Amino acid sequence: MLKISNLTKRFGGLAAVNNVSVEFPANQVNAIIGPNGAGKSTFFNLVAGAMPPSEGKIEYQGMDITGMAPDRIARLGVARTFQTTMLFDQSTVLDNLIVGHRLRTQSRLWDVIINSKRLRDEEKKCRSRAAEVLDFVGLSHIGHRYIADISQEERKRVAFALAMATDPELVLLDEPAGGINPEETENLADLIRKMVKHGITVCLIEHKMDMIMSLADKIMVLDHGEKIAEGTPEQIKNDPVVIEAYLGSEQDVEA
Amino acid sequence: MDRLMNFLVSPVLKWALLVLAVAFPLISSNEYHIYVMATAFIWAIAVYGMNIITGYCGQLNLAHGGFFAIGAYVVAILTVDHEWAFWPAFIAAGLAGAIFGFLVGVVSLRLKEHYFAIFTLCVGFIIYLLLEKWEALTHGSLGIINIAPPEGFGFVDFTETVPFYYLVLAFLVLSVWLVSRLSRSLLGRTFLAIRISDDLAQSLGINLMRNKVLAFVLSTVYAASAGALYAGVVRFIGPAEADVVHTFDMITYLLVGGIGTLMGPLLGTLAITWLTQMLQSLEEYRMIIFGPMLVILVIFFPRGIVGGFLTWRGRRLANKASQQDRGGESQASVQTPSTPSADKQEAGNNA
Repeated sequence: MLKISNLTKRFGGLAAVNNVSVEFPANQVNAIIGPNGAGKSTFFNLVAGAMPPSEGKIEYQGMDITGMAPDRIARLGVARTFQTTMLFDQSTVLDNLIVGHRLRTQSRLWDVIINSKRLRDEEKKCRSRAAEVLDFVGLSHIGHRYIADISQEERKRVAFALAMATDPELVLLDEPAGGINPEETENLADLIRKMVKHGITVCLIEHKMDMIMSLADKIMVLDHGEKIAEGTPEQIKNDPVVIEAYLGSEQDVEA
Repeated sequence: MDRLMNFLVSPVLKWALLVLAVAFPLISSNEYHIYVMATAFIWAIAVYGMNIITGYCGQLNLAHGGFFAIGAYVVAILTVDHEWAFWPAFIAAGLAGAIFGFLVGVVSLRLKEHYFAIFTLCVGFIIYLLLEKWEALTHGSLGIINIAPPEGFGFVDFTETVPFYYLVLAFLVLSVWLVSRLSRSLLGRTFLAIRISDDLAQSLGINLMRNKVLAFVLSTVYAASAGALYAGVVRFIGPAEADVVHTFDMITYLLVGGIGTLMGPLLGTLAITWLTQMLQSLEEYRMIIFGPMLVILVIFFPRGIVGGFLTWRGRRLANKASQQDRGGESQASVQTPSTPSADKQEAGNNA
């Protein structure tokens, strides 16, 4: 699904991501972990096209997407969520989701002026897609609520739904469980499993080890921009290098 | 209460407003008042343009007054120096707005947030300087007099105040209608996504540059057309039209009425214009009243009068629907109350 070769990103003298090669297979949960400042978010930004890499190659479904604009990558079927959930506060949940399907529509200014049939059809399509994804994340009952009035976990779910509305095949989740309680984390993990069951490949960054270990099929560990390990949760748990770099030094943070 | 609320967001209100606007010259026999209203409508058209790029798309364009002046000057130069008729010059002004808007947009929209605002502030000042210093083209600081009024083709005389009032009203209605279409459409939602965040919009597959430039060009066409109408009524313009003060006036109208709302620009423009008229005896001291008013408004109604009302109403409807949800027993009764409120919500977005 996603094949990364020798990916490097330098900011001045600092290599935030350094010579990382990894392959993420389709239809499973792939996790990226590592201490703060390990380059996880930069890695995501590179894959999503938000910034061009200094070196290396990114292949998505056999296609070279290195340095491609983020909106084009999104149209190829790569969706993402952000660490801080960005939604339009002064609008309802459902209204927020309608634009998610915009990239699968063609209407232009002229369609708006003459209110063409194409525009009306596409708006209907976007609306029904929004209702579908809202149902998928289990929030149909709050579609009419204002974003400003819903809980943090619900906001996370809406962000998931927005990503789903783009009809993605690969979803990048940046700290989906940040700032929510353990019970909500478990519910969110269920939702991620449900996404995989529906044929979506998930790639996520997360700090909550319990969640990762029970959820991920494959884990890559980054430290100081370099890949120090990859494998199943079992392998990662017992890898002395990982324990040294991550679990050892970060125990206080995790606790 | 509910009935009043629904009336305020229903299309009926818009028709009522239109009827009122049409009847205004008949009710008010004071020609000066009609003239003030007509110029307020012209500014409102420009503010609607600003609302597209700043309200919906979230890019604070401080060159807006400059594009207003470009529209006015195109009409002035073409009708006075090249003896064009008003209407061809009016169309040329709109085109000039689009062309300059595109050129400025393609360069300035590469910048984000404050940088974009500062850059456009400079663009506005450059426009002002060009209008003042390029004497061969613009007559310099003397300005241009005797601009041709819109031709009435023998039916009406637009140099008269009342016919001109109706002409401007027609353009205003057209402007509001187009923005209402835009704001409800997928394109309007696309602009709104950009307003939330560039990164988010891009991750949703939205081409930032194309959509921002489109919003920018739309706004400059609005500004230039308003400027062209202004030249047609005032018939004398100078470089002061490009003064940044006008841009900030328009921002004030937008903030007071409600940024990113459909009726906000009109409400804000009319409210401030008439307040200014009423306080004219105070001259510059009227800012003593304006200043605190604006501060209070921004603190308590950050989305302006219309925006504040819509948020309040939306919450009310959402709470009501939630209460009914809790009261409902079967799955069906959970679904029913939320559907009509969603429809109403849409009506609310029209406001």
